[in-house]
Amino acid sequence: MVAGPDGERADIDLVTLIVARADPPPSATPEQAAMLRLCTAPISVAELSAYLSLPFSVVTVLLTELLAAELVQARAPIVRQALPDRSLLEAVMHGLQRL
Amino acid sequence: MDFKGSDTIPGPRTEDHLPHTAQAAVKIVIVGGFGVGKTTMVGSVSEIRPLTTEETMTQAGIGVDDNFGSETKTATTVAMDFGRISITDQLVLYLFGTPGQERFWFLWNGLFEGALGAVVLIDTRRLEVSFDVIGRLEERGVPFVVAVNSFPDGPRYPIPELRTALDLADEIPIIECDARRRASSRDVLMTLLRFLHSLARAKARA
Repeated sequence: MVAGPDGERADIDLVTLIVARADPPPSATPEQAAMLRLCTAPISVAELSAYLSLPFSVVTVLLTELLAAELVQARAPIVRQALPDRSLLEAVMHGLQRL
Repeated sequence: MDFKGSDTIPGPRTEDHLPHTAQAAVKIVIVGGFGVGKTTMVGSVSEIRPLTTEETMTQAGIGVDDNFGSETKTATTVAMDFGRISITDQLVLYLFGTPGQERFWFLWNGLFEGALGAVVLIDTRRLEVSFDVIGRLEERGVPFVVAVNSFPDGPRYPIPELRTALDLADEIPIIECDARRRASSRDVLMTLLRFLHSLARAKARA
């Protein structure tokens, strides 16, 4: 799951957006329940890590369990290929101009 | 794991929730030495109060760099501050500040993976950190621009002199900024985006 020492692709990125699919079941651990409550609206893995005060690597382990149990959905980040899509860059520029 | 009780966990304020339409996120990394103003820059453009994600320097980090030695026997926690800018209802941009010193490069694997690009934030009082960072980004093929944060007591160099001092290729943008100002930090990000756009255009022509 996590990028290994040789840098293989991680399935969960810091900016993967996580959304809860269900309320915490009675069987959920306190960590899982806390995480599910945090992702009732889409939230990045980085934000989960910040609010839970848990390292990214620990959050990815917890998320792996929640994904396997189909309690959360992961919305994958747009990753840079060799170079990003121009229309994506233009969208980001327009967004920044409105700041 | 020193997990806080779930009752005590502060979540995002309601106004900090992303809309349910948010589909995907992109990231930009701001890299520089300690005290150079990374967090200031993140905070000046972020729509949320900057947050901190931590990673522990453990076995996973050892072996990434040759320079890891006995000092890594005890786990060290490294904090990365980050912020967020909603681009559209579907797209979100995250900005991460990360230390540039070589001993923190173990953080870079997941961080630069898929990042649009990087801003190298420079303090003219301590240029030496920047040499290694620039070299490392070039090795990894991460496109970047250089932003010189203006400190009142920092030496002022003309941009061409800095370009020479940093041995920076002509095509790589280098600009001055004041990381405390939102407009100035936004201009730095726009400079990066325009640079990325020009690279994409050149690629499309090739």
